[in-house]
Amino acid sequence: MESKTVAHRNASVLKTGAVVVACSFLFGFAMVPVYRIVCEHVFGIKLANGATSATTANLVEDTSRTVTVQFVTNVNSKLPWTFEAERPSIEVHPGKLTEVWFDATNTGGEAIVGNAVPSVAPSNVSQFFNKTECFCFTEQTLAAGETRRMPVRFFVDPQLPKSVRELTLSYTFYTNEVATRRLSETGSPLPAAG
Amino acid sequence: MAAANPAIHDVHDDHDHKPQGFLDRWLFTTNHKDIGTLYLVFSLTMFFIGGTMAMLIRAELFKPGMQLMQPEFFNEMTSMHALVMIFGAVMPAFVGLGNWMIPLQIGAPDMALPRMNNWSFWILPFAFLLLLSTIFMPGGGPQGGWTMYPPLALQGGVNVAFSIFAIHLMGISSIMGAINIIATILNMRAPGMDLLKMPVFVWSWLITAFLLIAVMPVLAGAVTMLLTDKFFGTSFFHAAGGGDPVMYQHIFWFFGHPEVYIMILPAFGIISEIIPTFSRKPIFGYQAMVYAIASIAFLSFIVWAHHMFSVGMPLGGELFFMYATMLIAIPTGVKVFNWISTMWGGAMTFETPMLFAIAFVVLFTIGGFSGVMCAIVPADFQYQDSYFVVAHFHYVLVTGAVFAIMASAYYWLPKWSGHMYSETWGKIHFWSSVISVNVLFFPQHFLGLAGMPRRIPDYNVAFADFNMISSIGGFWFGASQLIFVGVIIHCVYFSKQKATTQVWEGARGLEWTVPSPAPHHTFSTPPVLKPGMLAHDDVSH
Repeated sequence: MESKTVAHRNASVLKTGAVVVACSFLFGFAMVPVYRIVCEHVFGIKLANGATSATTANLVEDTSRTVTVQFVTNVNSKLPWTFEAERPSIEVHPGKLTEVWFDATNTGGEAIVGNAVPSVAPSNVSQFFNKTECFCFTEQTLAAGETRRMPVRFFVDPQLPKSVRELTLSYTFYTNEVATRRLSETGSPLPAAG
Repeated sequence: MAAANPAIHDVHDDHDHKPQGFLDRWLFTTNHKDIGTLYLVFSLTMFFIGGTMAMLIRAELFKPGMQLMQPEFFNEMTSMHALVMIFGAVMPAFVGLGNWMIPLQIGAPDMALPRMNNWSFWILPFAFLLLLSTIFMPGGGPQGGWTMYPPLALQGGVNVAFSIFAIHLMGISSIMGAINIIATILNMRAPGMDLLKMPVFVWSWLITAFLLIAVMPVLAGAVTMLLTDKFFGTSFFHAAGGGDPVMYQHIFWFFGHPEVYIMILPAFGIISEIIPTFSRKPIFGYQAMVYAIASIAFLSFIVWAHHMFSVGMPLGGELFFMYATMLIAIPTGVKVFNWISTMWGGAMTFETPMLFAIAFVVLFTIGGFSGVMCAIVPADFQYQDSYFVVAHFHYVLVTGAVFAIMASAYYWLPKWSGHMYSETWGKIHFWSSVISVNVLFFPQHFLGLAGMPRRIPDYNVAFADFNMISSIGGFWFGASQLIFVGVIIHCVYFSKQKATTQVWEGARGLEWTVPSPAPHHTFSTPPVLKPGMLAHDDVSH
């Protein structure tokens, strides 16, 4: 009799163990959204890449201080492009809408679609850096040998903590493999209508 | 039970009824002792395969400049050495020890789920065939380090899929082993063996098993995401597709840090068995030892990001992980002081297991101290990815986990084989190992502080002298392990000196009440506990 109950108890440990294992496997995947939520809402790190929703109409320029914004440009090793900022850094007053230019050249022999991924450092003040216009919002198609000047318009939120005097905006250009394939097949990087 | 069911009685009585055929005995076995032996032999084999890789690494680093191999092959060696040693040598050794000793220590006839036990072992050789076969594939084996950080690890060729499937299999194996151990400990204890009367080794394995089922699936999830990123177009970690490579590090180390304790908690248990035996005193602070293991296990879940301080975390995060990490020094310190207090005033003798145990306490503490140094955020920015880190984790894993496994092998070998090993050669093995391992790893602290990065095949000539010393220590330590194999083979096959039932004069606990060698089937009827039989009868101390 006793051996039967032990067998039952063993089976129930096995079942409970299997449930724990399944839960922690799912927990690993749950960390993907949890990571975004913690970054954005606990530490205030902006992960979304898009135009700011903040209105520029009644921006008040804080002329009492300047912030240095540095520009860093990278190209992923698989992409045969050169990519540079027109100037390495700029000094701005918080609240002033500023425009800077970047140059990208396709040095390869074929047309390629690229996407730029932006990043702002220090990450915990990235929420104070707002872009109203950026080449990183859309795909960029460059024909072989083509060079393009691309603008970025941004302003630094006047709420930026006083201790921060320097911000770095960096971009990395990657090949958009799906759109590049579509371009070579259909002649357009955009998906077919309908 | 035996009287009520004569069919069971026929098979499970106290005489040896080992299956006679080789395949019946080993491939189809459900006997905890045979499976334990399989695990231990497998682990020793992997220890030598991983050790050969380490020897190649130290040979290339003997002098500055590229001498023996291509950098890609060097990177394969560092990545594979880690995977083989962690998943092939250290973890299976502990599972093997658990299989052999847990039923003997708690008075159970076998593991709770014997068929699953067979399965968890026999998955492992195939997992490692998959992993090791990648060395011979076009493009070679994994070269991005055992942590497999994307995007670097994803730039590998076919080895990515092979090593990920191998890791899945290893994970399944350890999860099944862990569930089996939990079921055995919770359900199969002899009457009167209360939880707080169990040997510390059993306690350490119970807690380790909980860690295993909690975190191995997280690793499986992380490598599955790598797999879909590489082959199925997802963007969990692709920056270009909106993913975040830093997130991989968070998920990986959420597994990785508890994994570190999976590799050391059973070692704590082993040391807590050996030191009381050779001090002829019960362990000092039994309950404190158990609660310390439990606190370390809990803390292991909230310190993971100390492996990645330099990724650019917010200051609040860095401070939290720094203080949480330092907190671990408290329960660990409790354990170290309790081991010392156990020895204090004891009638100590210094047989080989005790020598390894004492070396463990001293050298593991050195590794613990360098760990506290690494926990300090501003200091860690210097130590990150340098040889200082290499020295730190080899002190805790080689002179920690591996020394504890060797101590346990010497301690329980007479019970397993029925013969005494050669004490002279055991002591030669110990002294040769303990000196060479320090020649091997201690200079790496200085190399790291001077700025030598890890995972590189060539280095600045400024680092030449210490690297040469370290390599000499490495070859010496590697050669010393051949003595270990010699001692084991001699003990099992040639030793004339029979072991007694108790083996060691000060040994307490149920495993020392069965004959040596332990019969194929033990405790078919539960043992009747008598006062003084257990090491920790009186839980008030």
